[in-house]
Amino acid sequence: MTKQQANWSPYDNNGGSCVAIAGRDYCVIAADTRMSTGYSILTRDYSKISKLADKAVLASSGFQADIKALQKHLAARHLIYQHQHNKQMSCPAMAQLLSNTLYYKRFFPYYAFNVLGGLDSEGKGCVFTYDAVGSYERVGYSAQGSGSTLIMPFLDNQLKSPSPLLLPAQDAVTPLSELEAIDLVKTVFVSATERDIYTGDKVEIVILNAEGLRREFMDLRKD
Amino acid sequence: MFRNQYDTDVTTWSPAGRLFQVEYAMEAVKQGSAAIGLRSRTHVVLACVNKANNELSSHQKKIFKVDDHIGVAIAGLTADGRVLSRYMRSECINHAFTYESPLPVGRLVVQLADKAQVCTQRSWKRPYGVGLLVAGLDESGAHLYYNCPSGNYFEYQAFAIGSRSQAAKTYLERRFEKFMDSSRDDLVKDALIAIRETLQGERLTSNICTVAVVGVGEPFHILDQNTVQQLIDAFEIVAEEEPPAAEAGDAADQETAAGEGAPAEEGAAPMDI
Repeated sequence: MTKQQANWSPYDNNGGSCVAIAGRDYCVIAADTRMSTGYSILTRDYSKISKLADKAVLASSGFQADIKALQKHLAARHLIYQHQHNKQMSCPAMAQLLSNTLYYKRFFPYYAFNVLGGLDSEGKGCVFTYDAVGSYERVGYSAQGSGSTLIMPFLDNQLKSPSPLLLPAQDAVTPLSELEAIDLVKTVFVSATERDIYTGDKVEIVILNAEGLRREFMDLRKD
Repeated sequence: MFRNQYDTDVTTWSPAGRLFQVEYAMEAVKQGSAAIGLRSRTHVVLACVNKANNELSSHQKKIFKVDDHIGVAIAGLTADGRVLSRYMRSECINHAFTYESPLPVGRLVVQLADKAQVCTQRSWKRPYGVGLLVAGLDESGAHLYYNCPSGNYFEYQAFAIGSRSQAAKTYLERRFEKFMDSSRDDLVKDALIAIRETLQGERLTSNICTVAVVGVGEPFHILDQNTVQQLIDAFEIVAEEEPPAAEAGDAADQETAAGEGAPAEEGAAPMDI
């Protein structure tokens, strides 16, 4: 008697890569716009980025149906917060809410690999990176999704600060300017597109700074 | 209202076929400070009088944003009003989550009315002691509803509730036929004048009233104090009834009386929540 195997999976992976970089007074959040299933492309124009609050932007890769449900859930919770507190949620507050929401489904997880980017209460850039069940950490930069294994080592090479054990204490946020960071993101996506079949078509870049939110697009290889 | 042997329980009918507890709850609405609403084809305006218990305390919040397209003004037991506002917000959020579209106002008021009715038919509950003026916009246009503690609701072109609301109602009755085609600004002006009617001669300043607007292309929001004061100053003519002050000569002056009144009251401005 062999054990019965599942003949159906509730999950699918729609691919794609997400990146976020925190700067001194800005945050860059980027994701490609390709949505795929298996070896097929479903669409070349799907946004994986969602603005949760004025200062908190979420980029998620994985199973987009779960991601859509997760985004709707967070948006509803944010509305309740605004009614109760008469103000928008801060990025660190949204980070904790996202973590709790993910862990709530610890035993039937959201198949979502998230990167949350935004500005903290001092106006400095902040990036939070997650696993599927809500474990999170504030970092200076992060990549998630199908191209993350290609992107992360490159970001480490360009952005990684020296050991936190060294004194004087170094900030995790990059000293790069906003334009340099955007350029780095574009470079990173072009490279990932070369070797990751699930990343390509276009990259959507969202830049959050004191002036507000700005969006840029750049074409990528479509093969 | 007389006390009698049929008014102890909300579940006891009187021989005349009345539920006295429900009627007593409506009395509570009449005791609250005034709230008025009026609407045109494209906009709805809510305004209310904010009376603080004493100079030291802040005034009660009587206008609540329920969603981008719905707001509510309350009169009566404001605690009950707060709870019902929370319910309304929750219903709007849940509807938008499921249907990706705003909850139509007519549906919301029915849900609210049904909730109020439950409290008129349970021996362990009491009716909500608050009247709600629900202002909202949906696909079928701009709406103003009034929800009673009894569980009844009606749609209105313009309405006023709370203490001394009859004065406002009289003013609105004279003018309501023009409201449908009024501009947004005229509607706000009419709202402020209606509020002034309930003050029985007391000076109207932005400190003691709150105004909120919702309309086509304009999400529900409460107007800030400065804007309201400017609107009041624009239509406020010479103060006819000066308070009998010791300096008879100065008090008899023109617009300067209005100018002097505002700075003096700024010190006692209620706290913003």
